[in-house]
Formats: sequence, C-alpha cells, structure tokens
Amino acid sequence: MIWIAIRMLTGDRQKFYGLVFGIAFSTLLITQQLTIFVNLINRGATAVHNIATVDVWVMDPVSRTQDVIYPMPSTALDQVRSVSGVAWAVPHLRANAAVRTPDGDLEGVTVVGIDDSTLIGLPPTMIAGTRDQLMVPNTVFVDGVGRTRLFAEDIDPIGARLELNDQRAVVRGIVDVDPSFTSQVVLYTRYSNALNYVPGTRNRLSFVLARAAPGVTPEELVRRIESQTGLKARTRTDFAQDGVDFIIENTGIPINFGITVVLGFVVGIAIVGLTFSLFIRDNIKQFGALKAIGVHNGKIRMMVAAQAGLVGLIGYGLGVLMATLFISIGGATSVDFKGFYTPWQIPLLTLVGVALIIFATGWLALRRVLKTEPAAVFR
Amino acid sequence: MSGCAEVADNGAAISVTGITRDFDAGGQVLRVLHGIDLDVTAGQLTYLVGESGSGKTTLISIIAGILYPTEGCVRVFGTDIYSLSDRKLVEFRLTTIGFIFQQYNLIPTIDAASNAAVPLIAQGMDRLEATDRAHAMLERLNIGDQARKLPNQLSGGQMQRVAIARALVHEPRLVVCDEPTAALDAKSGRRVMDLLRDVAVASDRSVIIVTHDNRIFDLADRILVMEDGRITHDGTEVPTLER
Ligand SMILES: Nc1ncnc2c1ncn2[C@@H]1O[C@H](COP(=O)(O)OP(=O)(O)OP(=O)(O)O)[C@@H](O)[C@H]1O
Ligand SMILES: [Mg+2]
Repeated sequence: MIWIAIRMLTGDRQKFYGLVFGIAFSTLLITQQLTIFVNLINRGATAVHNIATVDVWVMDPVSRTQDVIYPMPSTALDQVRSVSGVAWAVPHLRANAAVRTPDGDLEGVTVVGIDDSTLIGLPPTMIAGTRDQLMVPNTVFVDGVGRTRLFAEDIDPIGARLELNDQRAVVRGIVDVDPSFTSQVVLYTRYSNALNYVPGTRNRLSFVLARAAPGVTPEELVRRIESQTGLKARTRTDFAQDGVDFIIENTGIPINFGITVVLGFVVGIAIVGLTFSLFIRDNIKQFGALKAIGVHNGKIRMMVAAQAGLVGLIGYGLGVLMATLFISIGGATSVDFKGFYTPWQIPLLTLVGVALIIFATGWLALRRVLKTEPAAVFR
Repeated sequence: MSGCAEVADNGAAISVTGITRDFDAGGQVLRVLHGIDLDVTAGQLTYLVGESGSGKTTLISIIAGILYPTEGCVRVFGTDIYSLSDRKLVEFRLTTIGFIFQQYNLIPTIDAASNAAVPLIAQGMDRLEATDRAHAMLERLNIGDQARKLPNQLSGGQMQRVAIARALVHEPRLVVCDEPTAALDAKSGRRVMDLLRDVAVASDRSVIIVTHDNRIFDLADRILVMEDGRITHDGTEVPTLER
C-alpha cells in the first residue's frame, strides 16, 4: 500500500514538483529570514564576540553596551588589577571620531584603543598586514567595512594616510572581523594613540578587560570586582547579550523586521499546509475508493503519512540547502552578510513547523474519508 | 435503527429487510429508499433496473456495505454487516465483496494491472504476485495487452474492464456492479457478462448488477425493477412497460 501511496504522490510529475517546490520555497523563506534576523541582532555584540580571550568586561556603572559607554578615570585599571582572582587586566577604549579620507570625505568611525604592551583586544585574524605593525607609531588597522567604505576598490589601503582630529594616521593592516549592527567603520590602534585621535575629556577609559585566574569562574570574578571596586562588571556572554538586548529594546528594526519574520513563518507554513491539503483533496475519491474496497483507516493514515514524510523531507531538505547556500554565498561575497551562520535551532524550528502543518492539514483533509461512509465520498 | 437484532436469519445469500435511507437535501430530509425487502439466492445473476434517480446506486451501496441504511437489516452470507465495527466492516468488504463503481474510481497514477491488483495488495499479497494475478484477470477480460497503461491512456470501455478486473481479482463471494457494460460495445459487454456469470453460477456466490443495457437482459436469472425508492417488479423478465 505504501508503494501505491508513493505512486499517487509522484505519478503526476507536475503536481509533485509543485508540492516539493512549495515546501522548499517556504522552508527557504522561513530559514533564511530567521537566520538573517538572528545574525543581525547578534551584531549588537560583535565587539564582544571579536575578542575571545576576555572573561569579564569592567565599566562605569552607567555604561550599558559596547557602544553605550560612560568613560572611567584611568585609576580604574589598577583597582581591577588589585582584585584577587584577576589573572590580568588591560585598558580598552571605544569612542566615536570623524575621519578624513584620502579623497577628502568625512566618515564617522569607531576608534578602538588596544593595550599598548600586550595588544589584547585586537581581533586575532588579519586580512592584510601583521599584528606587530600596530607598534609602529601612528598606525591604524581598518576593518572590512572600513576597507570598502573609506577606499575605492582599486586602491590598496595599506600605506594610505587618514586624518583624525588633526592627527595623521597610516593604515598598515586590515582586520578580519564581523561588522557591527550599524556597520560603522572601525579603526584599531594602540591605546596611547587612540587618546590623541579622540578628542575628549579627562576620563577616557571605556573598559577594563579582565581574565579570571585558574579556578575562578567568570561569574565569581564579576562578584568580586563589583564588590571591591564599585564598578560594573559583566561576563563576556552576559555583556554580549546586553548588546543584543539593547538593539531589541531601543531600535525599531528588530520589531519591524521581527514582524516580517513572523509573517514569513506564517506565510511559509500556510503555503505548505495549503499545497499539501490540496494534494489530499485531489486524491480524496481515490482514498474513498480504497476504503470502499477494504483498506482500513489505519492503513490510509499510513499512506498519507508516507506521502507527507516523503514530500516533506525532500521539500524541506531542498529548502534548507538553498537557505544554507544563500547564506554562505552571501557571507563570502558581501560584508553585509559577513560572519552569518545558521544556528541549528532554526532548521529544527522550521522542520517542526513544516512537519506539524503537513500532518495537521493531511489529517484535516482526510477526515472526510476517515469519518464518513465510503459512498459519501463519491458525491 | 439499522441492524438485524429483530430479524431471523432466513439462510438467503443476501437478505435485505425494511431498508430505508434518508438524505439531507438542503435542510430537508429526502427519503430515497422506502422500506426495501429483498432476498437474493446464491448462484444467481440478479439485475436491478429502473429510471435514473430511482435509488439503484443507493440500494446496492447499502448491500455492498459502503453506505449505512437509515433503518433496516442487511445480511450478507449470514453476517449482519451494519452491526460490525467500522474496522470489521472494512475487512468484510475486503474479503467478501467486489464493487464496480459507476465512475470506475481508478487510481490515475498506477497502471491498469496495478489498479486491478489493489484488493490483493490491500490483503497483504506481494505486489508482483498480485500484479501477475491481476494481469491474468485482465487477459480474461480481453485487455491483457493494456496492462501497462495508465487509466488516462485507456478508452472508457477499457477503464470499465479494469474496474471489473479489480472487483473480481480476489474472487469475492458477492459482486456488486453499477452499470458494468454501459461503456462497452455489444461484444465486450457480453464477454464481461459471461465472466460475471461464471462467478455467479458458483453455488456459494452472488452477483447483483445495476443496468440499463437491454442487450444483456436475456442473461439475467432474475430482474428487479425499482421505481421511486421501491421495488415494483420482481421476475425473470422486464415488464414491457420498462422497455
Ligand atoms: N448523498 C446524497 N445526498 C443527497 N441526495 C442523494 C444522495 N445520494 C443520492 N441522492 C438522491 O437519491 C436519489 C437516488 O439516487 P441514486 O444514485 O441511488 O439513483 P440511481 O437509480 O442510481 O440513478 P442513476 O441511474 O442515474 O445512476 C436521487 O434523487 C439522488 O439525488
Ligand atoms: Mg446510479
């Protein structure tokens, strides 16, 4: 009987392809939208993600995220270093500045100041140049966004001169990092340089980045730092979440885009449900005939389950494949998708959605066959 | 209430007592069958004739166990079929009844032999063996050479014969046919009827045929005429009026 069920499904090529395409397209829609949404939101924390070796971020009690900062006096660094359980602690600066490009344009940038002696806080991978070049006076590294935004494509940015706060800066490297939520250009330089590039007040220290000593958990270190210094401390994961939450709470984008994602989910699921229930409806007389001949409800359910399983798996598989291709091709060719990945929860959620709707609509469409006397189906 | 609690088994192959059937026609109750009583003897070819809308399909659907009567009792070879559970009734149909639908109801995406093999496959027989047997049945119906074709590649008469093969392939004791020869030429029609006779003549079997086809009236052992939900004639010939 399963053979007959499969033939019913695949026998009419056009309908079968239509069904598979409908499910694949919906899966693509759902997975792709959810993936973009999750990745975009996560860019509220790229600065935190980009520095892997840090356990705890320490900041002024009113600072909230990587970009919402109230600077601290430089004494904060020594205060943190004196807390027991701190393996090391380094200063870290993040501030906004305006840069004049070689073409004379003005561009808003984020200047990141990195500990002069250790270079802790500099992302690990370089696209061009080497990390130690940052030691050369007046050096800045740009990120991928900066490479495309500040320079024409045919110009080699290495060696190019920029002007920041009336100071000269020379580009000597390109850092491989994911863009931030706002896709603002990021310039990396040593902490002492950064103080010159960013006009400012007496207090300039944005963060102290700390590492827990062996045997001390980040959570425990957070407690110790907060109680001893009166500063605010967050574990790396909590601080990343703060950045994401801030975006969700303070910009309309996640809400608006979120609605689109939910709509995409609903529409996708509706398409799957409709196509499959139409398929069952098309075959309702055949199921009726089978029941009249002597195929009991259990077997008819099994046949429909086989049909649902087959078409669902093929359609879903194709859809996820297309979505993965889309994301990875996008990530490889455009900064806008750089670092995008598909968390496993998304295909799983899609699978559950697709499976539920196929079985639910199949069930509903079949009810007429299962519940009524066979002769009624032929009317 | 349907069921045979108060009706004694009289030993007839098919025994129909006090059957009525109502349909809901736009909020109104439409009574299509008015208390049908009928016994069918085994080994006979029984015809049911009558005007369109007189209730022939309704009656044989009830006899074949695919439509519940509003009231009355149906016994098929001694089994009170409407007292069976849904599942048992389905099993009973699968083993005991072959039904030829007025509109064939073939599965369009499997070939003629596979269509004819459906009851055997449903009984759990290996698909290839079932298809072989179905093929042999198609040969007896003179369309063995069409066995590999899909229904939409067949003529109306050929489709009808595939439907007939499907009703006979598992050798059911009761065969019920709704207009089995309507789409056939005289020669094919007779061939089909000969086959149905072969089935019916066995002493433990029975065939009931709904037909308009006066070319085959001479083959009947018994002819029933229906008018407006009642059996108005029961004999070996059609009353002249009906012609
Ligand atoms: N499910 C139904 N709902 C409402 N009315 C029905 C239903 N089934 C049958 N009828 C009505 O019952 C009457 C008898 O129908 P039936 O199909 O038994 O006639 P028939 O004798 O087989 O006709 P034909 O020779 O045209 O096939 C018709 O008036 C029909 O409209
Ligand atoms: Mg009819």
